[in-house]
Amino acid sequence: MNFSRMFHNLNYVVSVLLFLIGLYAVTVKPNLIKKLIGLNIMETSVFLFIVSIGMVESGQAPIVTEGVKTSQMVNPIPQALILTGIVVAVSTTAVALSLCLRLHERYGTLNSDEILASITDVSQLGRPWEEF
Amino acid sequence: MNWTVNLLLMLFLLATAVVAITLKDLLAAVVVFSAYSLMMAMLWTQLRAPDLALTEAAVGAGVTTVLFIIVVYRTVRREDR
Repeated sequence: MNFSRMFHNLNYVVSVLLFLIGLYAVTVKPNLIKKLIGLNIMETSVFLFIVSIGMVESGQAPIVTEGVKTSQMVNPIPQALILTGIVVAVSTTAVALSLCLRLHERYGTLNSDEILASITDVSQLGRPWEEF
Repeated sequence: MNWTVNLLLMLFLLATAVVAITLKDLLAAVVVFSAYSLMMAMLWTQLRAPDLALTEAAVGAGVTTVLFIIVVYRTVRREDR
């Protein structure tokens, strides 16, 4: 039996499993840091899926060198897209973490359930943008 | 395709992802998430994407972990508090 056929679609299966793990963390965990870790796991699972689409069986890295034909290379376009995506993921994480710091300054907790429970009336929130 | 290395990397990736979201200590969870990012960088080299591997190892495992550690240090360390 040829075992390598069994793992032909392993990348797609693992990326879907990682997406589900991240989705569980984002929806179920009350802690905001845990939600952000889950969001990062979801992002990397999508990156894994898109790069796996451009994968060629026994392909070479898309770098022009002697003796490597372009027909033997993997598709470089998904890789170039995902290179941008990794940097954008880090910047969104930085913005979300700064918002977490602000929420902790204001409410004294990072538990999203407690933060929602402490907001009883939305009209009492005032104008938070004028506080700073 | 070297599928045994790929399979081991995938198993470790799933294990670190599950452990990172189940740990109650947020600092430990962030450290395990950094290990997850390093596994992802090794998987990029298996997928013939060395530029993604470099970026993931520097930015994903480096900068993201530092940002998370700063926020955990300035707020709370336990998840249930």
